[in-house]
Amino acid sequence: MKERTLAVVSAGLSQPSSTRLLADQLAAATERELERRGVRVVTEVVELRQYAHDVVNTMLTGFPPAGLKKVFDLVARADGLIAVSPIFNASYSGLFKSFFDTLDDAALVDTPVLVAATGGTARHSLALEHAMRPMFAYLRAVVVPTGVFAAAEDWGDGSARSRLSQRVDRAAGELAAQMELREPAEVIDPFDNPTPFEQLLAEGES
Amino acid sequence: MQFGIFTVGDVTTDPTTGHTVSEHERIKSMVRIGLKAEEVGLDVFATGEHHNPPFVPSSPTTMLGFLAARTSRIILSTATTLITTNDPVKIAEDYAMLQHLADGRVDLMLGRGNTGPVYPWFGKDIRDGIPLAIENYALLRRLWREDVVDWEGKYRTPLQAFTSTPRPLDGIPPFVWHGSIRSPEIAEQAAYYGDGFFHNNIFWPMEHTKRMVWLYRRRFEHYGHGPADQAIVGLGGQVFMRKNSQDAVREFRPYFDNAPVYGHGPSLEEFSELTPLTVGSPQQVIDRTLTFRESVGDYQRQLFLMDHAGLPLKTVLEQLDILGEEVVPVLRKEFAARRAPHVPEAPTHASLRARRDAAVGEGR
Repeated sequence: MKERTLAVVSAGLSQPSSTRLLADQLAAATERELERRGVRVVTEVVELRQYAHDVVNTMLTGFPPAGLKKVFDLVARADGLIAVSPIFNASYSGLFKSFFDTLDDAALVDTPVLVAATGGTARHSLALEHAMRPMFAYLRAVVVPTGVFAAAEDWGDGSARSRLSQRVDRAAGELAAQMELREPAEVIDPFDNPTPFEQLLAEGES
Repeated sequence: MQFGIFTVGDVTTDPTTGHTVSEHERIKSMVRIGLKAEEVGLDVFATGEHHNPPFVPSSPTTMLGFLAARTSRIILSTATTLITTNDPVKIAEDYAMLQHLADGRVDLMLGRGNTGPVYPWFGKDIRDGIPLAIENYALLRRLWREDVVDWEGKYRTPLQAFTSTPRPLDGIPPFVWHGSIRSPEIAEQAAYYGDGFFHNNIFWPMEHTKRMVWLYRRRFEHYGHGPADQAIVGLGGQVFMRKNSQDAVREFRPYFDNAPVYGHGPSLEEFSELTPLTVGSPQQVIDRTLTFRESVGDYQRQLFLMDHAGLPLKTVLEQLDILGEEVVPVLRKEFAARRAPHVPEAPTHASLRARRDAAVGEGR
Protein backbone atom coordinates (compact mmCIF):
# COMPACT_ATOMS: atom_id res chain seq x y z
CA MET A 1 0.00 0.00 0.00
CA LYS A 2 1.24 3.44 -0.90
CA GLU A 3 1.88 5.81 1.95
CA ARG A 4 2.11 9.60 1.95
CA THR A 5 2.56 12.29 4.57
CA LEU A 6 0.46 15.42 4.63
CA ALA A 7 1.57 18.57 6.46
CA VAL A 8 -1.03 21.14 7.45
CA VAL A 9 0.16 24.62 8.39
CA SER A 10 -2.43 26.90 9.94
CA ALA A 11 -1.60 30.51 10.75
CA GLY A 12 -4.81 31.32 12.62
CA LEU A 13 -4.29 33.42 15.71
CA SER A 14 -7.52 33.15 17.68
CA GLN A 15 -8.61 30.13 19.65
CA PRO A 16 -10.73 28.54 18.31
CA SER A 17 -9.79 29.74 14.85
CA SER A 18 -11.77 29.61 11.63
CA THR A 19 -8.43 29.25 9.81
CA ARG A 20 -7.78 26.03 11.69
CA LEU A 21 -11.35 24.94 11.06
CA LEU A 22 -10.81 25.34 7.32
CA ALA A 23 -7.43 23.60 7.55
CA ASP A 24 -9.05 20.63 9.30
CA GLN A 25 -11.78 20.38 6.67
CA LEU A 26 -9.21 20.43 3.88
CA ALA A 27 -7.07 17.83 5.66
CA ALA A 28 -10.03 15.52 6.26
CA ALA A 29 -11.13 15.82 2.63
CA THR A 30 -7.60 15.14 1.38
CA GLU A 31 -7.30 12.10 3.65
CA ARG A 32 -10.64 10.77 2.38
CA GLU A 33 -9.57 11.23 -1.20
CA LEU A 34 -6.19 9.57 -0.68
CA GLU A 35 -7.78 6.64 1.13
CA ARG A 36 -10.26 6.29 -1.72
CA ARG A 37 -7.24 5.99 -3.98
CA GLY A 38 -5.78 3.31 -1.73
CA VAL A 39 -3.09 5.54 -0.25
CA ARG A 40 -2.43 5.48 3.47
CA VAL A 41 -1.86 8.98 4.80
CA VAL A 42 -0.17 10.35 7.90
CA THR A 43 -1.23 13.90 8.71
CA GLU A 44 0.72 16.37 10.86
CA VAL A 45 -0.92 19.65 11.80
CA VAL A 46 1.13 22.69 12.77
CA GLU A 47 -0.41 25.69 14.52
CA LEU A 48 2.01 28.51 13.78
CA ARG A 49 0.79 30.48 16.80
CA GLN A 50 2.72 28.06 19.02
CA TYR A 51 5.92 28.88 17.13
CA ALA A 52 5.47 32.63 16.72
CA HIS A 53 8.33 33.55 19.07
CA ASP A 54 10.57 30.85 17.62
CA VAL A 55 9.94 32.14 14.08
CA VAL A 56 11.00 35.67 15.04
CA ASN A 57 14.03 34.37 16.95
CA THR A 58 15.02 32.38 13.89
CA MET A 59 14.92 35.54 11.81
CA LEU A 60 17.17 37.28 14.33
CA THR A 61 19.65 34.49 15.09
CA GLY A 62 19.70 32.57 11.81
CA PHE A 63 18.93 29.17 13.31
CA PRO A 64 15.67 27.58 14.47
CA PRO A 65 15.20 26.45 18.07
CA ALA A 66 14.73 22.69 18.41
CA GLY A 67 10.92 22.72 18.36
CA LEU A 68 10.69 24.78 15.21
CA LYS A 69 13.48 22.75 13.59
CA LYS A 70 11.25 19.68 13.96
CA VAL A 71 8.44 21.55 12.23
CA PHE A 72 10.76 22.59 9.38
CA ASP A 73 11.87 18.98 8.96
CA LEU A 74 8.28 17.78 9.02
CA VAL A 75 7.27 20.24 6.28
CA ALA A 76 10.35 19.45 4.19
CA ARG A 77 9.64 15.71 4.41
CA ALA A 78 5.92 16.02 3.65
CA ASP A 79 4.53 14.73 0.35
CA GLY A 80 1.85 17.41 0.35
CA LEU A 81 1.13 20.66 2.17
CA ILE A 82 -2.06 22.45 3.07
CA ALA A 83 -1.21 26.08 3.90
CA VAL A 84 -3.93 28.23 5.43
CA SER A 85 -3.65 31.85 6.51
CA PRO A 86 -6.06 34.51 7.65
CA ILE A 87 -6.03 37.49 5.28
CA PHE A 88 -4.75 40.65 6.93
CA ASN A 89 -4.42 43.95 5.06
CA ALA A 90 -5.06 42.31 1.69
CA SER A 91 -2.45 39.55 2.10
CA TYR A 92 -1.35 36.55 4.18
CA SER A 93 -0.56 37.27 7.82
CA GLY A 94 2.94 38.33 8.80
CA LEU A 95 3.38 35.17 10.84
CA PHE A 96 2.46 33.00 7.84
CA LYS A 97 4.98 34.80 5.63
CA SER A 98 7.67 34.78 8.32
CA PHE A 99 7.33 31.04 8.76
CA PHE A 100 7.90 30.43 5.06
CA ASP A 101 10.67 33.07 5.02
CA THR A 102 12.60 31.12 7.64
CA LEU A 103 11.93 27.68 6.14
CA ASP A 104 14.77 26.48 3.89
CA ASP A 105 13.99 27.81 0.41
CA ALA A 106 14.46 24.38 -1.15
CA ALA A 107 12.14 22.61 1.31
CA LEU A 108 9.06 22.79 -0.92
CA VAL A 109 10.55 22.21 -4.35
CA ASP A 110 8.10 20.01 -6.31
CA THR A 111 5.86 19.62 -3.26
CA PRO A 112 2.11 19.76 -4.04
CA VAL A 113 0.56 22.62 -2.07
CA LEU A 114 -3.05 23.55 -1.47
CA VAL A 115 -3.46 27.22 -0.58
CA ALA A 116 -6.40 28.39 1.50
CA ALA A 117 -7.38 31.45 3.47
CA THR A 118 -10.03 32.93 5.68
CA GLY A 119 -11.38 36.46 5.93
CA GLY A 120 -14.35 38.50 6.96
CA THR A 121 -15.85 38.85 3.50
CA ALA A 122 -15.29 37.36 0.06
CA ARG A 123 -13.78 40.67 -1.05
CA HIS A 124 -10.42 39.39 0.30
CA SER A 125 -10.45 36.17 -1.67
CA LEU A 126 -8.09 37.26 -4.44
CA ALA A 127 -5.26 37.40 -1.89
CA LEU A 128 -5.00 33.67 -2.60
CA GLU A 129 -4.11 34.47 -6.20
CA HIS A 130 -2.02 37.60 -5.88
CA ALA A 131 -0.11 36.73 -2.68
CA MET A 132 -0.16 33.06 -1.68
CA ARG A 133 0.10 31.43 -5.07
CA PRO A 134 3.08 33.54 -6.24
CA MET A 135 4.95 32.94 -2.98
CA PHE A 136 4.69 29.18 -3.38
CA ALA A 137 5.51 29.48 -7.07
CA TYR A 138 8.69 31.28 -6.03
CA LEU A 139 9.50 28.36 -3.73
CA ARG A 140 9.00 26.11 -6.77
CA ALA A 141 6.15 24.25 -5.12
CA VAL A 142 3.34 22.80 -7.23
CA VAL A 143 0.25 24.78 -6.26
CA VAL A 144 -2.98 22.99 -7.15
CA PRO A 145 -5.40 24.99 -9.33
CA THR A 146 -8.16 25.40 -6.76
CA GLY A 147 -7.48 27.71 -3.83
CA VAL A 148 -10.08 27.74 -1.08
CA PHE A 149 -11.25 30.92 0.54
CA ALA A 150 -13.75 30.88 3.40
CA ALA A 151 -15.47 34.13 4.32
CA ALA A 152 -17.45 34.45 7.53
CA GLU A 153 -20.73 33.91 5.70
CA ASP A 154 -19.56 30.57 4.26
CA TRP A 155 -19.72 29.02 7.70
CA GLY A 156 -23.48 29.71 7.75
CA ASP A 157 -24.28 28.17 4.38
CA GLY A 158 -27.10 25.77 5.27
CA SER A 159 -27.36 23.77 2.07
CA ALA A 160 -26.50 20.08 2.34
CA ARG A 161 -23.72 20.43 -0.20
CA SER A 162 -22.54 23.94 0.60
CA ARG A 163 -20.49 25.77 -1.92
CA LEU A 164 -17.56 25.85 0.52
CA SER A 165 -17.56 22.09 1.00
CA GLN A 166 -17.69 21.61 -2.75
CA ARG A 167 -14.59 23.80 -3.14
CA VAL A 168 -12.91 21.94 -0.29
CA ASP A 169 -13.56 18.60 -1.98
CA ARG A 170 -12.39 19.83 -5.37
CA ALA A 171 -9.15 21.27 -3.98
CA ALA A 172 -8.53 18.18 -1.83
CA GLY A 173 -9.04 15.98 -4.88
CA GLU A 174 -6.45 17.95 -6.82
CA LEU A 175 -3.96 17.78 -3.96
CA ALA A 176 -4.49 14.07 -3.40
CA ALA A 177 -3.96 13.35 -7.10
CA GLN A 178 -0.66 15.25 -7.12
CA MET A 179 0.47 13.54 -3.92
CA GLU A 180 -0.31 10.08 -5.24
CA LEU A 181 1.42 10.81 -8.54
CA ARG A 182 4.81 11.62 -7.01
CA GLU A 183 7.30 9.35 -5.34
CA PRO A 184 7.50 9.98 -1.59
CA ALA A 185 9.53 13.09 -0.81
CA GLU A 186 13.22 12.52 -0.27
CA VAL A 187 15.28 14.96 1.75
CA ILE A 188 18.93 15.01 0.72
CA ASP A 189 21.23 15.78 3.62
CA PRO A 190 24.38 17.58 2.40
CA PHE A 191 26.17 16.33 5.51
CA ASP A 192 25.56 12.71 4.55
CA ASN A 193 26.59 13.12 0.94
CA PRO A 194 28.89 16.12 0.49
CA THR A 195 29.83 17.10 -3.04
CA PRO A 196 33.32 15.60 -3.51
CA PHE A 197 36.01 18.27 -3.61
CA GLU A 198 37.35 17.15 -6.99
CA GLN A 199 33.92 17.99 -8.38
CA LEU A 200 33.92 21.41 -6.67
CA LEU A 201 37.35 22.10 -8.16
CA ALA A 202 36.28 20.95 -11.61
CA GLU A 203 33.16 23.12 -11.55
CA GLY A 204 35.44 26.14 -11.19
CA GLU A 205 37.42 25.17 -14.25
CA SER A 206 34.45 24.60 -16.53
CA MET B 1 45.86 22.21 23.10
CA GLN B 2 45.84 25.90 22.19
CA PHE B 3 43.68 28.45 23.96
CA GLY B 4 43.13 31.97 22.81
CA ILE B 5 40.75 34.74 21.89
CA PHE B 6 39.29 36.05 18.69
CA THR B 7 37.93 39.52 18.12
CA VAL B 8 35.40 40.85 15.65
CA GLY B 9 36.56 44.42 16.12
CA ASP B 10 33.12 45.96 16.37
CA VAL B 11 32.57 49.53 17.54
CA THR B 12 29.36 49.17 19.53
CA THR B 13 27.82 51.66 21.92
CA ASP B 14 28.04 50.50 25.53
CA PRO B 15 24.32 50.05 26.29
CA THR B 16 24.84 50.72 30.00
CA THR B 17 26.48 54.14 29.53
CA GLY B 18 25.57 55.19 25.99
CA HIS B 19 29.29 55.75 25.37
CA THR B 20 30.76 54.88 21.98
CA VAL B 21 34.52 54.60 21.63
CA SER B 22 36.24 56.16 18.62
CA GLU B 23 37.77 53.97 15.94
CA HIS B 24 41.17 55.00 17.23
CA GLU B 25 40.30 53.90 20.78
CA ARG B 26 38.88 50.62 19.51
CA ILE B 27 41.96 49.84 17.45
CA LYS B 28 44.23 50.64 20.40
CA SER B 29 41.99 48.49 22.63
CA MET B 30 42.34 45.57 20.26
CA VAL B 31 46.10 45.88 20.50
CA ARG B 32 45.91 46.13 24.30
CA ILE B 33 43.73 43.00 24.32
CA GLY B 34 46.19 41.15 22.09
CA LEU B 35 49.08 42.05 24.42
CA LYS B 36 47.02 41.06 27.43
CA ALA B 37 46.30 37.69 25.84
CA GLU B 38 50.01 36.94 25.84
CA GLU B 39 50.48 38.34 29.38
CA VAL B 40 47.83 36.02 30.83
CA GLY B 41 49.34 32.99 29.12
CA LEU B 42 47.03 32.45 26.16
CA ASP B 43 48.38 30.84 23.00
CA VAL B 44 46.49 32.56 20.19
CA PHE B 45 45.18 36.02 19.31
CA ALA B 46 43.04 36.19 16.17
CA THR B 47 41.49 39.24 14.56
CA GLY B 48 38.56 39.47 12.20
CA GLU B 49 38.61 41.25 8.85
CA HIS B 50 35.81 43.58 7.89
CA HIS B 51 35.29 46.27 5.30
CA ASN B 52 32.26 48.07 6.65
CA PRO B 53 31.31 50.04 9.76
CA PRO B 54 30.90 49.43 12.66
CA PHE B 55 34.00 47.24 12.36
CA VAL B 56 37.56 48.58 12.39
CA PRO B 57 39.90 45.73 11.40
CA SER B 58 40.15 46.08 7.63
CA SER B 59 43.89 45.51 7.64
CA PRO B 60 44.73 42.47 9.76
CA THR B 61 48.41 42.10 8.86
CA THR B 62 49.10 45.70 9.87
CA MET B 63 47.64 45.03 13.30
CA LEU B 64 49.22 41.59 13.63
CA GLY B 65 52.60 42.92 12.48
CA PHE B 66 52.43 45.57 15.19
CA LEU B 67 51.52 42.91 17.75
CA ALA B 68 54.33 40.68 16.50
CA ALA B 69 56.81 43.39 17.43
CA ARG B 70 55.36 43.78 20.92
CA THR B 71 54.94 40.08 21.80
CA SER B 72 57.26 37.10 21.87
CA ARG B 73 55.26 33.94 22.26
CA ILE B 74 51.64 34.19 21.20
CA ILE B 75 50.46 32.90 17.80
CA LEU B 76 48.93 35.63 15.66
CA SER B 77 46.00 34.55 13.55
CA THR B 78 42.84 35.71 11.83
CA ALA B 79 39.15 35.01 12.22
CA THR B 80 38.66 35.20 9.36
CA THR B 81 40.70 36.29 6.35
CA LEU B 82 38.37 36.82 3.41
CA ILE B 83 39.43 34.31 0.77
CA THR B 84 36.63 35.47 -1.53
CA THR B 85 37.16 39.22 -1.92
CA ASN B 86 40.91 39.49 -1.21
CA ASP B 87 43.27 38.84 -4.06
CA PRO B 88 44.96 35.51 -3.22
CA VAL B 89 48.23 36.98 -4.48
CA LYS B 90 48.02 39.72 -1.86
CA ILE B 91 47.14 37.20 0.86
CA ALA B 92 50.17 35.11 -0.14
CA GLU B 93 52.44 38.15 0.06
CA ASP B 94 51.00 39.75 3.20
CA TYR B 95 51.00 36.64 5.35
CA ALA B 96 54.42 35.47 4.19
CA MET B 97 55.74 38.92 5.15
CA LEU B 98 53.99 38.64 8.52
CA GLN B 99 55.54 35.20 9.04
CA HIS B 100 59.02 36.65 8.63
CA LEU B 101 58.34 39.57 10.96
CA ALA B 102 56.75 37.32 13.58
CA ASP B 103 59.41 34.59 13.27
CA GLY B 104 56.76 32.07 12.27
CA ARG B 105 54.18 32.85 14.96
CA VAL B 106 51.46 33.10 12.31
CA ASP B 107 48.63 31.05 10.99
CA LEU B 108 45.41 32.12 9.36
CA MET B 109 41.81 31.18 9.15
CA LEU B 110 40.01 31.59 5.86
CA GLY B 111 36.37 32.49 5.59
CA ARG B 112 34.03 33.75 2.90
CA GLY B 113 32.46 36.73 4.61
CA ASN B 114 28.70 37.14 4.69
CA THR B 115 28.24 40.86 4.10
CA GLY B 116 26.56 41.15 0.71
CA PRO B 117 27.86 44.56 -0.43
CA VAL B 118 31.50 43.74 0.38
CA TYR B 119 31.59 41.45 -2.64
CA PRO B 120 30.65 44.07 -5.24
CA TRP B 121 32.83 46.66 -3.48
CA PHE B 122 35.74 44.36 -4.28
CA GLY B 123 34.47 43.49 -7.74
CA LYS B 124 32.96 40.13 -6.82
CA ASP B 125 29.52 38.52 -6.55
CA ILE B 126 28.34 36.88 -3.31
CA ARG B 127 26.65 34.14 -5.33
CA ASP B 128 30.15 33.03 -6.34
CA GLY B 129 31.20 32.74 -2.68
CA ILE B 130 31.98 29.02 -2.71
CA PRO B 131 33.66 28.89 -6.16
CA LEU B 132 35.74 31.97 -5.20
CA ALA B 133 36.86 30.31 -1.97
CA ILE B 134 37.83 27.19 -3.90
CA GLU B 135 39.67 28.84 -6.78
CA ASN B 136 41.40 31.49 -4.68
CA TYR B 137 42.65 29.02 -2.13
CA ALA B 138 43.90 26.62 -4.78
CA LEU B 139 45.97 29.52 -6.17
CA LEU B 140 47.11 30.66 -2.71
CA ARG B 141 48.49 27.21 -1.97
CA ARG B 142 50.47 27.17 -5.19
CA LEU B 143 51.86 30.67 -4.59
CA TRP B 144 53.26 29.53 -1.24
CA ARG B 145 54.51 26.17 -2.45
CA GLU B 146 55.84 26.84 -5.95
CA ASP B 147 58.52 29.45 -6.60
CA VAL B 148 57.30 30.24 -10.08
CA VAL B 149 53.61 30.04 -10.90
CA ASP B 150 51.80 30.00 -14.24
CA TRP B 151 48.12 30.20 -13.56
CA GLU B 152 44.80 30.93 -15.17
CA GLY B 153 41.38 30.91 -13.53
CA LYS B 154 37.97 32.49 -13.61
CA TYR B 155 38.21 35.22 -11.04
CA ARG B 156 41.50 37.11 -11.45
CA THR B 157 44.02 38.09 -14.08
CA PRO B 158 46.16 35.17 -15.27
CA LEU B 159 49.73 34.89 -13.97
CA GLN B 160 52.76 34.10 -16.09
CA ALA B 161 56.08 33.35 -14.39
CA PHE B 162 54.93 34.97 -11.15
CA THR B 163 56.89 34.62 -7.92
CA SER B 164 55.16 35.68 -4.72
CA THR B 165 57.62 37.41 -2.43
CA PRO B 166 58.79 37.06 0.22
CA ARG B 167 58.81 33.28 0.06
CA PRO B 168 57.25 31.69 3.17
CA LEU B 169 59.59 31.56 6.18
CA ASP B 170 61.86 28.49 5.94
CA GLY B 171 59.85 27.50 2.86
CA ILE B 172 56.94 26.55 5.12
CA PRO B 173 53.56 28.16 4.39
CA PRO B 174 51.48 29.31 7.37
CA PHE B 175 49.10 26.65 8.64
CA VAL B 176 45.59 27.29 7.36
CA TRP B 177 42.27 26.77 9.08
CA HIS B 178 39.05 26.95 7.10
CA GLY B 179 36.18 28.50 8.98
CA SER B 180 32.54 28.04 8.12
CA ILE B 181 29.36 28.06 10.14
CA ARG B 182 27.12 26.16 7.77
CA SER B 183 28.68 25.26 4.42
CA PRO B 184 29.54 21.58 3.96
CA GLU B 185 31.69 22.58 0.96
CA ILE B 186 34.15 24.36 3.24
CA ALA B 187 34.42 21.41 5.62
CA GLU B 188 35.04 19.35 2.49
CA GLN B 189 37.73 21.79 1.32
CA ALA B 190 39.55 21.66 4.68
CA ALA B 191 39.39 17.87 4.62
CA TYR B 192 40.63 17.61 1.03
CA TYR B 193 43.81 19.53 1.78
CA GLY B 194 44.31 18.12 5.26
CA ASP B 195 44.10 21.66 6.65
CA GLY B 196 42.43 22.63 9.93
CA PHE B 197 38.71 23.24 10.30
CA PHE B 198 37.35 25.88 12.64
CA HIS B 199 33.75 26.35 13.68
CA ASN B 200 32.93 29.67 15.32
CA ASN B 201 30.46 27.87 17.57
CA ILE B 202 28.87 31.07 18.77
CA PHE B 203 25.67 31.64 16.93
CA TRP B 204 24.42 28.13 16.32
CA PRO B 205 23.53 25.11 18.46
CA MET B 206 26.31 22.68 19.37
CA GLU B 207 24.37 19.98 17.55
CA HIS B 208 25.02 21.81 14.29
CA THR B 209 28.71 22.47 15.08
CA LYS B 210 29.02 18.76 15.73
CA ARG B 211 27.64 17.85 12.29
CA MET B 212 30.04 20.23 10.53
CA VAL B 213 33.05 18.96 12.48
CA TRP B 214 32.25 15.30 11.95
CA LEU B 215 31.71 15.84 8.24
CA TYR B 216 35.21 17.38 8.15
CA ARG B 217 36.69 14.55 10.23
CA ARG B 218 35.08 11.83 8.09
CA ARG B 219 36.27 13.43 4.86
CA PHE B 220 39.77 14.12 6.28
CA GLU B 221 40.11 10.37 6.69
CA HIS B 222 38.53 9.75 3.27
CA TYR B 223 41.22 11.90 1.63
CA GLY B 224 43.97 9.92 3.32
CA HIS B 225 45.35 12.45 5.79
CA GLY B 226 44.94 10.07 8.72
CA PRO B 227 42.20 8.79 10.99
CA ALA B 228 39.20 11.06 11.56
CA ASP B 229 40.07 11.59 15.21
CA GLN B 230 43.45 13.04 14.21
CA ALA B 231 42.02 15.82 12.07
CA ILE B 232 42.75 19.37 13.25
CA VAL B 233 39.71 21.03 14.78
CA GLY B 234 39.22 24.45 16.33
CA LEU B 235 36.17 25.84 18.06
CA GLY B 236 35.02 29.25 19.10
CA GLY B 237 33.06 30.03 22.18
CA GLN B 238 31.67 32.95 24.06
CA VAL B 239 31.77 33.51 27.80
CA PHE B 240 31.31 36.15 30.45
CA MET B 241 32.45 35.43 33.98
CA ARG B 242 32.23 36.77 37.48
CA LYS B 243 32.98 35.02 40.76
CA ASN B 244 29.26 34.67 41.41
CA SER B 245 27.24 33.54 38.43
CA GLN B 246 24.32 35.87 39.29
CA ASP B 247 26.70 38.83 39.08
CA ALA B 248 27.91 37.66 35.67
CA VAL B 249 24.34 37.38 34.38
CA ARG B 250 23.32 40.75 35.80
CA GLU B 251 26.35 42.53 34.34
CA PHE B 252 26.30 40.86 30.93
CA ARG B 253 22.54 40.95 30.27
CA PRO B 254 22.33 44.51 28.86
CA TYR B 255 25.23 43.75 26.51
CA PHE B 256 23.56 40.53 25.41
CA ASP B 257 20.14 42.13 24.98
CA ASN B 258 21.54 44.84 22.73
CA ALA B 259 24.28 42.86 20.96
CA PRO B 260 24.39 43.56 17.21
CA VAL B 261 24.10 39.93 16.10
CA TYR B 262 21.50 38.33 18.35
CA GLY B 263 20.22 41.21 20.49
CA HIS B 264 16.48 41.76 20.80
CA GLY B 265 15.93 38.10 19.96
CA PRO B 266 15.98 35.14 22.35
CA SER B 267 16.58 35.79 26.04
CA LEU B 268 20.04 35.34 27.53
CA GLU B 269 18.76 32.18 29.20
CA GLU B 270 17.30 30.77 25.97
CA PHE B 271 20.43 31.60 23.97
CA SER B 272 22.65 30.05 26.66
CA GLU B 273 20.65 26.87 26.35
CA LEU B 274 20.51 26.86 22.54
CA THR B 275 24.15 27.81 21.88
CA PRO B 276 27.46 27.35 23.69
CA LEU B 277 27.25 30.85 25.26
CA THR B 278 28.15 30.57 28.95
CA VAL B 279 27.55 33.41 31.38
CA GLY B 280 28.41 32.49 34.94
CA SER B 281 31.23 31.54 37.28
CA PRO B 282 34.66 30.43 36.03
CA GLN B 283 33.76 26.91 37.13
CA GLN B 284 30.62 26.97 34.97
CA VAL B 285 32.73 28.05 31.99
CA ILE B 286 35.20 25.24 32.67
CA ASP B 287 32.42 22.66 32.93
CA ARG B 288 30.65 23.82 29.77
CA THR B 289 33.82 24.07 27.71
CA LEU B 290 34.89 20.58 28.70
CA THR B 291 31.61 19.26 27.26
CA PHE B 292 32.57 20.49 23.78
CA ARG B 293 34.85 17.51 23.21
CA GLU B 294 31.91 15.17 23.83
CA SER B 295 30.35 16.65 20.69
CA VAL B 296 33.33 17.20 18.40
CA GLY B 297 35.98 14.80 19.75
CA ASP B 298 39.46 15.77 20.99
CA TYR B 299 40.27 19.08 19.38
CA GLN B 300 43.27 21.34 19.09
CA ARG B 301 42.23 24.96 19.47
CA GLN B 302 39.70 26.79 21.60
CA LEU B 303 39.16 30.50 20.98
CA PHE B 304 36.85 32.70 23.03
CA LEU B 305 35.08 35.86 21.94
CA MET B 306 35.56 38.33 24.81
CA ASP B 307 35.47 41.90 23.51
CA HIS B 308 32.27 42.72 21.72
CA ALA B 309 28.84 44.27 22.09
CA GLY B 310 30.22 47.44 23.66
CA LEU B 311 31.93 45.87 26.69
CA PRO B 312 34.40 48.43 28.06
CA LEU B 313 38.12 47.69 27.74
CA LYS B 314 38.51 47.52 31.53
CA THR B 315 35.89 44.77 31.74
CA VAL B 316 37.46 42.85 28.87
CA LEU B 317 40.88 42.96 30.54
CA GLU B 318 39.32 41.68 33.77
CA GLN B 319 37.71 38.87 31.80
CA LEU B 320 41.09 37.98 30.31
CA ASP B 321 42.61 37.87 33.79
CA ILE B 322 39.94 35.40 34.89
CA LEU B 323 40.35 33.40 31.69
CA GLY B 324 44.13 33.22 32.01
CA GLU B 325 44.36 32.69 35.75
CA GLU B 326 41.36 30.55 36.64
CA VAL B 327 39.94 28.94 33.53
CA VAL B 328 42.61 28.05 30.98
CA PRO B 329 45.03 26.37 33.42
CA VAL B 330 42.24 24.01 34.51
CA LEU B 331 41.10 23.45 30.93
CA ARG B 332 44.66 22.61 29.85
CA LYS B 333 44.97 20.02 32.57
CA GLU B 334 41.52 18.54 32.15
CA PHE B 335 41.61 18.39 28.34
CA ALA B 336 45.08 16.81 28.49
CA ALA B 337 43.82 14.17 30.92
CA ARG B 338 40.91 13.29 28.64
CA ARG B 339 42.73 13.43 25.30
CA ALA B 340 43.48 10.19 23.45
CA PRO B 341 47.29 9.78 23.27
CA HIS B 342 47.48 9.58 19.45
CA VAL B 343 45.67 12.89 18.88
CA PRO B 344 48.13 15.47 17.55
CA GLU B 345 48.54 19.08 18.67
CA ALA B 346 47.69 21.90 16.27
CA PRO B 347 50.54 22.39 13.79
CA THR B 348 52.84 25.36 14.43
CA HIS B 349 55.66 26.75 12.35
CA ALA B 350 58.16 24.87 14.53
CA SER B 351 56.31 21.56 14.30
CA LEU B 352 55.82 21.87 10.55
CA ARG B 353 59.52 22.66 10.11
CA ALA B 354 60.52 19.69 12.26
CA ARG B 355 58.23 17.43 10.25
CA ARG B 356 59.61 18.75 6.97
CA ASP B 357 63.23 18.34 8.14
CA ALA B 358 62.50 14.79 9.30
CA ALA B 359 60.98 13.99 5.90
CA VAL B 360 64.01 15.49 4.11
CA GLY B 361 66.31 13.48 6.40
CA GLU B 362 64.53 10.27 5.52
CA GLY B 363 64.70 11.10 1.83
CA ARG B 364 68.49 11.41 1.91
